[in-house]
Amino acid sequence: MADKKIGHITAINGNMIEVAFKDSVIQNEVGYVLIGNERLKSEVIKITNNTAYLQVYEITKGLKVGDKVEFTGELLSVTLGPGILSQVYDGLQNPLPALAEAHGFFLPRGVVLDPIDEKKKWHFTPTAKVGDTLYRGSPLGWVPEGIFQHKIMVPFDLNGEYTLVSVVKEGDYDLTETMGVIKDPKGEEIKLTMSFEWPVKIPITAYNKKMVPSEPMVTKVRIVDTFFPVCKGGTYCIPGPFGAGKTVLQQLTSRYADVDIVILAACGERAGEVVETLREFPELSDPKTGRSLMERTIIICNTSSMPVAAREASVYTATTLGEYYRQMGLDVLILADSTSRWAQAMRELSGRLEEIPGEEAFPAYLESRIAEFYERAGYVELPDGSHGSMTIGGTVSPAGGNFEEPVTQATLKVVGAFHGLSRARSDARKFPAIDPIDSWTKYKGIIPAEKVREAHNILRRGDEVHQMMMVVGEEGTSVDDFIYYLKGEYLDTVYLQQNGFDAVDAVSDPERQEFIFNKIHTILYTDFHFEAKPDARQFFNELRQLTLDWNYIQMGADEFVAQEKKIDAHIQAKTKA
Amino acid sequence: MRKVYNKILSIVGNVISVRAEGVSNEELAEVSTRRGTSLAKVIKIDNDLVSLQVFAGSRGISTDDEVRFLGSPMKVSFSDNMLGRIFNGSGEPRDNGPALNENLIEIAGPSVNPSKRIIPNRMIRTNIPMIDVFNSLVVSQKLPIFSVSGEPYNELLARIALQAEVDMIILGGIGLKFDEYMYFRDELEKGGALSRSIFFMHTASDPVVEGLMVPDLCLAVAEQFALKGKDVLVLLTDMTNFADAMKEIAITMEQVPSNRGYPGDLYTQLASRYEKAVDFEGAGSVTILAATTMPGDDVTHPVPDNTGYITEGQFYLRNGRIEPFGSLSRLKQQVNKDTRDDHRAIMDGMIQLYAQYLETEEKRSMGFRMSDWDKKLLKYGGLFEKEMMDLSVNISLEDSLNNGWDILSQCFNPDETGFRSGLIEKYWPGEKKTKVKKADQEISKEEKKEEKPLEKEETNKDEKTTNKTKSVVKKSKNKKEVSKSSKK
Ligand SMILES: Nc1ncnc2c1ncn2[C@@H]1O[C@H](COP(=O)(O)OP(=O)(O)OP(=O)(O)O)[C@@H](O)[C@H]1O
Ligand SMILES: [Mg+2]
Repeated sequence: MADKKIGHITAINGNMIEVAFKDSVIQNEVGYVLIGNERLKSEVIKITNNTAYLQVYEITKGLKVGDKVEFTGELLSVTLGPGILSQVYDGLQNPLPALAEAHGFFLPRGVVLDPIDEKKKWHFTPTAKVGDTLYRGSPLGWVPEGIFQHKIMVPFDLNGEYTLVSVVKEGDYDLTETMGVIKDPKGEEIKLTMSFEWPVKIPITAYNKKMVPSEPMVTKVRIVDTFFPVCKGGTYCIPGPFGAGKTVLQQLTSRYADVDIVILAACGERAGEVVETLREFPELSDPKTGRSLMERTIIICNTSSMPVAAREASVYTATTLGEYYRQMGLDVLILADSTSRWAQAMRELSGRLEEIPGEEAFPAYLESRIAEFYERAGYVELPDGSHGSMTIGGTVSPAGGNFEEPVTQATLKVVGAFHGLSRARSDARKFPAIDPIDSWTKYKGIIPAEKVREAHNILRRGDEVHQMMMVVGEEGTSVDDFIYYLKGEYLDTVYLQQNGFDAVDAVSDPERQEFIFNKIHTILYTDFHFEAKPDARQFFNELRQLTLDWNYIQMGADEFVAQEKKIDAHIQAKTKA
Repeated sequence: MRKVYNKILSIVGNVISVRAEGVSNEELAEVSTRRGTSLAKVIKIDNDLVSLQVFAGSRGISTDDEVRFLGSPMKVSFSDNMLGRIFNGSGEPRDNGPALNENLIEIAGPSVNPSKRIIPNRMIRTNIPMIDVFNSLVVSQKLPIFSVSGEPYNELLARIALQAEVDMIILGGIGLKFDEYMYFRDELEKGGALSRSIFFMHTASDPVVEGLMVPDLCLAVAEQFALKGKDVLVLLTDMTNFADAMKEIAITMEQVPSNRGYPGDLYTQLASRYEKAVDFEGAGSVTILAATTMPGDDVTHPVPDNTGYITEGQFYLRNGRIEPFGSLSRLKQQVNKDTRDDHRAIMDGMIQLYAQYLETEEKRSMGFRMSDWDKKLLKYGGLFEKEMMDLSVNISLEDSLNNGWDILSQCFNPDETGFRSGLIEKYWPGEKKTKVKKADQEISKEEKKEEKPLEKEETNKDEKTTNKTKSVVKKSKNKKEVSKSSKK
């Protein structure tokens, strides 16, 4: 690429520029606005006649008509290779800690650093042999990255069949070294290193097939795993008004979810929330591996005051990194907070392009973009017969907390589970504030569906009685109905609600959930005999306290068994003979 | 020399356009009219057609008035000489002091690298029990006061400003009424805080657009002082006026509105200001308190709604008091564990009892008979409102906590309050410790839990009263709806 293609700015409107060009321009290719020493990354998003429209991933203050734009011929891409785990990137894969080291407190404009340290040595063990037939995604060997075997693979854009000509011996190498050479059927040789680039908006599909998600992704949040489960490779959304607990729920999931890798995409939300993760994760240990939680985490951080266009890119950056690790047979979880901010970034751009707006000024293609995004999740069978998965969970921040708005509605059409947070529940401090009546899932969880449905029926029935009581008062309610109400409340308080800040209660693994759920299920379907409502209330108050205390005791401890006995005794005293 | 243009092609709303070359995006220009000069900012460039937003408004601009480009974006002087001074929305003196031109800094600069932020952990004491005890304010927090106009939110801001232990106060007025502006001035003067304050004042009688730069001016200056190690408190009042000014420009520029006429980037615009709140590692901090009036007392209105999605909690000001329900400081748990061992217990316990009081009050107003327990609650509610919620109460956190125990002991027996016996032993005033025994047994379990991580007791107790809280919330919502529909 000796002589670069150059264009000139003809118009500036917010973060969108129009650029006149001479020869040719590729849709979605990257261009750099050259202003002094700064190179402002931009992406072509529309081309008409001899004008290219670019969205600039930086603040456009100071740009002038006539400023030069250098076209690269490459689509917006990320670098894939060992060294991505535990990194903190902005939406364009710029490493934030390295930027801070080089530039201090503020984010400089137009600076691009290597996303992965090229000089770091990795210990490589070859697994492919000379003469082997290789395809895109076939491993040459692996390097240890934290607790994982990071596979060094044939780049995903090399379609067709290749023969391995040579591969280096076991030893320490950095990202600039040639690890092996492959040749295509025509005999043309290609050198491979440990890293390569991939365009973020194109899904990585170097797998045999996608399969229906069927293995539960355990989050250790009871209301999720038992009532509204998500499967590995599935998709789910968490809509809710401000302050309802979306971020806290995702933070808990990012800590305790039973997956290999968690990618947090902080998309247009508060910087302070990322800081909590950033500062706390290195100190916390992953219960499964005993290693620092940060080792299994990647943070993509494009908070609300960072440039809007990069916010749009950040969710794609996150999914691309996720797909890359999925190719290694790992289970990846993407948590995006908040997809509404991403949708708003699209809306801003669409407005500048003067496209015909849809509902609430969102572009007409909002739905298809949301669908495409969630479609990148999936449980896949890899060429070697192993499996990998990428699960996507996105929060939605609906205007006014009203779910009848375009982003929530478009999301609900495509996801497999809906964890709707309710203002009433969060105001009453019933956390996690997932509405047990409105939420739904298409996935199977760790508890047999029939039993869950039975518990859910009690909940619904109890809720109906409660609604009725608000009108007719307690006096007008029969004792039997009142017991339904109390049972529903009981299930809600001791099982659906969970103290996310308690070391024991916050982490309810499947064995525990199953055990406790069965106990509670039995209680819900026990016939109790009460003379009057105050007796019933008293009984359930005590039962509730006993069960809550139980929730705070480690399963397997002697106290746990003792507490269970107390509960049993309490129940027996009131069971109808 | 910069070129001067004197052919204005269009004047629409407060946006003018001229044909000019070599102009850069967001560059500043001066528009000279017979009435004087006004600053204007480049907001769009299409080839040689440049659109500018005129801060003094377009009224009286003639098509042959002069437009002179200044070659740089908006800057503001930054120095200690600013202390005690009052500027307008364009950063020019509004008092009789000299204009400041030294050490110019750009406004709306780049954002802080998230990896350089630290987790906030310093409490700001305001001596207002509803804040200090129930929703502690934290250094570097961004927090709005949601209220309808007519509520004393400016009084509240002034009071916090005076009582907060900060190094500096920067007050940004956007569409402030003149008497409110004078009120702030007098209060800070009386409190002896004027010499550590800076005002950027845009009043209701100034051109609307001129208010648009006020938050950026305040925050740019605050940021610089913070980098120099100062803890700065920025007060912005009223951010709804700011949003309305943005709406006006957006409509002029024929942008497609997203919600009730507000532009689609309202969230981003508000966030880029609020996110300037920061605690710098090894330097000072910026804390932002903002008044956000809610048109029609509707929290789902786009301005409070978008604000709530950005800020770290909110204070609801209603009937002259900070509402205990709905108000939230999302950072309080970072600080209230280290104040006094009864802080969290008082915070939760008193609110739960107050929730029960509200329910009783409801029953009373419907003519139900009051039980002994109800009577106790009624007495409690009255005392709580008078000695905790009333904004005229002005006591330290420790005194508030003691006062809390006092109120409790005037109304209840210890075992009726649900507090841990350890705390009751330590803090319950006077002789009334008799009934602790029975409570002890239940509570010994809880004591064990105490050693486990924080928050625990908070939630645990919550659960005991959630039903009640919930119904209270529901009811008060109903009430609101009723009052709304009756207005119609
Ligand atoms: N599981 C929980 N346990 C205890 N408290 C919680 C829980 N979830 C949320 N909260 C409380 O609610 C507050 C707001 O929660 P969170 O920040 O998750 O809301 P959000 O839905 O992400 O709001 P926004 O849309 O404004 O980002 C928290 O600061 C905390 O006080
Ligand atoms: Mg959030």
